[in-house]
Parts: sequence; C-alpha cells; structure tokens
Amino acid sequence: MDFSDSPDETAFRSEVRAFIDDHAPHYLANDLDRSGFGNTNTGEHDTLEEAKKWQKIKAEAGWACLMWPSEYGGRGASPIQNVIWGQEEGRYAKLSGTFIIGQGMCAPTMMTYASEEQKQRYLPKLASGEEVWCQMFSEPHGGSDLAGLRTRAVKDGDEWVINGQKIWTSGAHHSDYGILITRSDPDVAKHKGLTMFFLDMKSPGVKIVPIKQATGNSEFNEVYFDNVRIPDAQRLGEVGDGWRVSLTTLMNERLAIGGSIATGFPEIYELARNTTIDGAPAVEDPAVRNRLADWYVKSAGLKNTAARAISALSKGEMPGPENSIGKLVAGGMMQDIAKYALDLQGKAGLLMDPDFAEGAARFQAMLMRSPAVRIEGGTDQILRNIIGERVLGLPEDMRADKGIPFSEIPTGSG
Amino acid sequence: MNFDFSDDQKLLADQVQRYLDDHCNNTVARAVLDGEQAYAQDVWAGLAEMGLLGTAIGEEYGGTGAGYLELCLVAQQIGAHIAPVPFGGTVYQVAEALLASDDEDSKTRWLPKIASGEVKGALAVVENLGADTPRTPACEVIDGKLRGSKLAVTDGALADVYVVLAAAQGQPGLYLVDAQTAVEATTVESVDLTKNVANVAFDDAPAHLLSSDGLAALAALEDRAAVLYAFEQLGGAQSALDMAVAYAKERFAFGRAIGSFQAIKHMLADMYVSLKLAESNCYYAAWALANDAADLPLAAATARVAATQAFQLCARDNIQVHGGMGFTWEFDCHMYYRRANLLAMELGGLSKWEQRLVASLPLQASA
Repeated sequence: MDFSDSPDETAFRSEVRAFIDDHAPHYLANDLDRSGFGNTNTGEHDTLEEAKKWQKIKAEAGWACLMWPSEYGGRGASPIQNVIWGQEEGRYAKLSGTFIIGQGMCAPTMMTYASEEQKQRYLPKLASGEEVWCQMFSEPHGGSDLAGLRTRAVKDGDEWVINGQKIWTSGAHHSDYGILITRSDPDVAKHKGLTMFFLDMKSPGVKIVPIKQATGNSEFNEVYFDNVRIPDAQRLGEVGDGWRVSLTTLMNERLAIGGSIATGFPEIYELARNTTIDGAPAVEDPAVRNRLADWYVKSAGLKNTAARAISALSKGEMPGPENSIGKLVAGGMMQDIAKYALDLQGKAGLLMDPDFAEGAARFQAMLMRSPAVRIEGGTDQILRNIIGERVLGLPEDMRADKGIPFSEIPTGSG
Repeated sequence: MNFDFSDDQKLLADQVQRYLDDHCNNTVARAVLDGEQAYAQDVWAGLAEMGLLGTAIGEEYGGTGAGYLELCLVAQQIGAHIAPVPFGGTVYQVAEALLASDDEDSKTRWLPKIASGEVKGALAVVENLGADTPRTPACEVIDGKLRGSKLAVTDGALADVYVVLAAAQGQPGLYLVDAQTAVEATTVESVDLTKNVANVAFDDAPAHLLSSDGLAALAALEDRAAVLYAFEQLGGAQSALDMAVAYAKERFAFGRAIGSFQAIKHMLADMYVSLKLAESNCYYAAWALANDAADLPLAAATARVAATQAFQLCARDNIQVHGGMGFTWEFDCHMYYRRANLLAMELGGLSKWEQRLVASLPLQASA
C-alpha cells in the first residue's frame, strides 16, 4: 500500500503541470471557479466554444483521452496517469462536460464494435472535440426498465428505417453523432430483439426538442425519429445483440462518472466555517459537526473507493458493479447538504437571486438540480437492485415480462 | 500509487481466517456468553502460538515485527469472528502504550510477555458517567503509589497489567500497574456478554510512570487504537451482513425468498454501501497508521466513525432481516448487535469521534 507518486509518476506529473501552466485558458480561471453545481461558468465567453478550443489544444499536444491508443487520438496512458492528469487539470476539467458522454460512453462502444475504418474516421475527432456525440437509450416507456424500449428499426435493403422517440438525451442539440438502441424484433423476449447503431444527428427525419426541466434549464432533449434511414454498416454488434452492446456503454458510464463525482462536501464545510450561529462559527456547533463528520466520512469513503478501483484497474482487473455506490451515496448526500445549507443561512436561504443569495445561489442551484442526480443514469432504487442482485447475489424480483415475446408484455396505459 | 494490501498480507489474513473459522466459531463466543468461561483461553493460546499478538511488536521485544498493515488485517478477522479474547486491550492499547514510550526497561519487561500471550492488558481511563477522559483524574499517584477507581475497563478482570490515566501533583500521566499488586477488579455486566468489563480499584498499587504528558499520550494512543478497532468493526459488519444475506436467500415467505423483495434487498444494499465506505476509509487509515502520516488523526477518526456506523447498521438490520427469529437468544444476531455496541463505545462513542474528525479537518478539506 503506497499513496505517494513513484519516480515515474512524479516525472509524469511535472510534465502535465508544465503543459497546463503553459496552455490552459487561464483567463477563464476565475469564472470557472464560480461555476455553480451542474453548470460551467465561462463568464462572457461562449462555453461550448471555449470547451472545444481547450479540447483541441489538449488533443494537438496528445493530452486528450489519455488512455486511448494513440492511433485514435490518445496516448495509451495508464489509469494512474489518467488520474494524475485529472488532478492537475483541476478547474479546467469543468470545460470537458460536453464531451463526457461521447468520450466516456460512445467511444468505448465504438472501440469494441465499430469497423477499423470507422474507428479511424470518428474517434480522433471525438477525442479532439471537433465532433460531439450523444447516446440515445431512455424512452418515455423505458427508463428504469431500459430494455422495454420501443423505437423500431426495420431492415430495408442495406439500410434500416427508424421510427420512435428517445428522451433524456443530454446534449443532443449540439451533437454531431449519436449511438442509438432500437427494437429490431418485437416478437422475441424483450432483451433479445434489440439492435444498436450510430447515426449522423443531422440525418433527415431526426427532430430534437429540448426538455424544460424542473430547474428551468434545458440540458436534456427529446429526440424523434420519423423514417430515419441508417446504413447497415453503422450497426454496432449483431442484429438482436443490442442489449449486450449497451452493457459496454453502461459499464463505462460507471467508470466515467464514478471517479470524480461531486458530493457538495467542500462547499458545505466552507459555509460552516464562514457562517455564524449565535456569534460563533457554525463549524464549532456540535450539531453542525455531527453532520459534517457524517458527510466527510461519505465523501472520503467515495474518494478512497475510487482510488481502490483505480488500483484494481491498473492491475488489469475490471471495476465491477460495486462502483454503483458512488452516485447512490453522492446524490442523496448532495440533496441533504443543499437543504442544510439553506437552513444555516436562515430565512435568507430561500433567496435564489444570485446577487443576494450566498455564493451566487450555489446551494439553491444544488437543491434544485440534485433530485436529478438520484434519477439519471440509474435511479437510487435501480442501483440498490444492482448492488443487491449483482454484488450480494440476492434473487431477482418477480417479473411479469419474463420469457414472453416483447409484443405480448402488458403495458398498462399502452 | 497502490491502494491495496500485498499478496503476502492477504495470505496472512487468509491464515488467520482459517484458524479462527476452525477454532473460533460462534459456539466459542457462546461459551463466554453463557458464563462457562471468562474468555476463550484456547483461542488466545492459538493466536499467541501463531505470533499474532506480536504482529506489530519488533523482534527485539519478542514480536514478529510484521507491521501495522498486517495487524489491521488480523484485527479484521478478530472482529469477523466476534472472538471473545482480550485482544484489543492487550494489543491495541497496552502494547501500543508501551511501544510509544521510550522506557526501555518497561518495554523489555512487558512486551515479550504480551507477544507470547503470557500477559494480558487493559487500559483504565474512565472515572464517572458522562466523561470519556477525565481532564484532571481523581486517580492519584503519590510517592509512586496509585489510589482510586476506574469504571468500565474492557478486559479489566482478565488483565495482568494496566495502563492507567492518573494524576501526580495535578499533572495527568499514563502509568503502568501490575495486576498482582494492590488492585481489585470487579466484573460488571456490559452490553456485550462475550467480553469482560470490570471496575478496577487501586489501593496504593505501585505505579510506574510511562508518560508524563498523559492527555497527549492518550490522544495519540487513541488515534492508533481507533484504526485497529475500526478494522475489528469492519470484520464484524461483514459477518453480520453475510449472515443477513444468507438468511434472505434461504428464508421463504409469500412463496419466494425474502431477498427477492425490494424492501429487504434495498436494506441489504444500504448495509453493503455503509460497509464499503467504511472499508475504503479503513484502508486509508491503515496506510496512515503504518506510515505515521501527518493526517493520521483525521484518517483514524474517519475510519472510526465510518466503521462504527457500518457495524451498528449491519448488526441492527441483520436482526430486522431475520424478523422474530433475530430477536431470539438462540440466533446469533444479538451477538453481533452486542459487539457492535460495545465496540462503538471503546475509546469513547460516535459523537466524540465526530468532534475529533471535524477538529482535524484541514482548512481546505476537499474529499
């Protein structure tokens, strides 16, 4: 057990540090530091434009998607080197939000299932941020029951014709490409009739409609498919094997999100030091300390769990479903922290006007965004099922849809 | 960076586990629970024979000098088997107090006997209800003789030697007292009937000064012991969770295994989450302990709070998963529940360690 950098790691860290010092967009530093939860603040500068600019600078110097093979735009770095990069990139990593889904989820799927020619064509531009990707899985009828999706794919010569609707697609409105899971055969059991594709988001028949969220913002979209044609060459994996392909994507989602998940602890600790209760700093109040200790234990536990996953990864072991705990712990914790932060602020805690509310209303923003953390990418309840069934080996819940053709599964309202 | 125990360390843990599986299943703890013996003497002798009592004691004092990472893994197995032996008082408290002192004579006199299992120890600090650490102890040393009483001393009636917080001319110090002298230990019932707890009275017992800055030495000792107790709690939590999971798979109600119901499954998932967080925090604390890291106080308090939470939750909900059977004397659930709540109070309870955790946070805590 050793938490210090090895000599190689030290050398790598100084190389990274030198690059960041010389090339990072330091003019954005102050704005980025004022980013609220769930948004990237670039002040007067356009966020997407700045994100693409920094991504391109990194890519040209070989610092984008470090762990990818160099022929696809990476540098074949080790998991530990990737962690070191993340530590040093610091605030500028906030600019990468736009690319997380494409680079963290679509790319591993493409690497596993796309042809060599397609990989050469798409991956380097994905790494450099020149092209942005999204993933289209969830549907109005298939959220937690993901395999219950209904978007139809029908073969027509060398092409497939797609009809249906996806929902909760992050960043669809500025994506160039996307991966799409469809139902190619409704007459077999639900997990068996699925097929995965990638497509050009500018294809005729694709319509993107932003969703106005409970926060008032729009990070997600509905995507409609009206006779959209996809060449069979853009199929990922075998016909009917889409479920297995999607697991590659979802497993990587846990990796993409797991390591760097925000919990709200540094923010609440700072607030507790700078707020007073009856004239004394809140952090000295036993009731406040009790909560701070509980939250610190959780956030340190997640950090240390991620460090163990990285150690396992660097020994060639695949991080398993136990990494599902990250989002499960962080989501609820963030919601509790936001609520408590408002409480510490007294009645002024109800203010959300950034000119009056503490820290430009960072906790109020956290309060409003945190319910989504407990839902997106697997609800708290689905994550508990995963832990119960795949980690602890408990029997599955009874399912009414087991072993019957998808077309015969009861649908309630239809 | 490498955040895992080595293969050799894991091998040691496997050996200890196999030994305790064979010689310290829960019927051994039950013999103590039912008052048939004061502690598991055979297990104690076995641990001594395997050299485990001297895991962190150097060879010059008769130990194996294996180290603290190894001792953490041994502690985890002691906890997993709710072993009814005076391991904590002897190894985490008294041996640690000796190792931290620069009193060569005391070290040479006591440590080899601790490593060989000949001598058991206990730490005597508490004097009244409500205060974990008396700032000005009523126990007093005059002319090298200790007079006064201590409450709630774990393994107090089993100990051959005590480390006692006492004052000399108002100055708290840590003192070593031989149980063969003017000492009277009276066993009192505790929440965990598999562990001896006693009130100990000292009537002008010869006391040997180990550390003249008693409160600071005690705080440092507690940081180290907290990590080791946290590993015991981790082991206990894992056993309680394993017991609950096994029952949820085999017990049928409404025509199916109760573990298939989400109400049960999600409770078990939450137990697992708590255990996993504790485990990762304990791993970091083990490293901090083994390397005398500057952030040991924070790492120890974090591991301690996390492991206390995890063992208490797992022990509590293990009973819940078992339903009525979990509330019987016959089922082992209450043994974990008892041990969880005894260990939660060792070195002071959760609220004390929460305070210590926050007090040790650096200004820019980021985790």
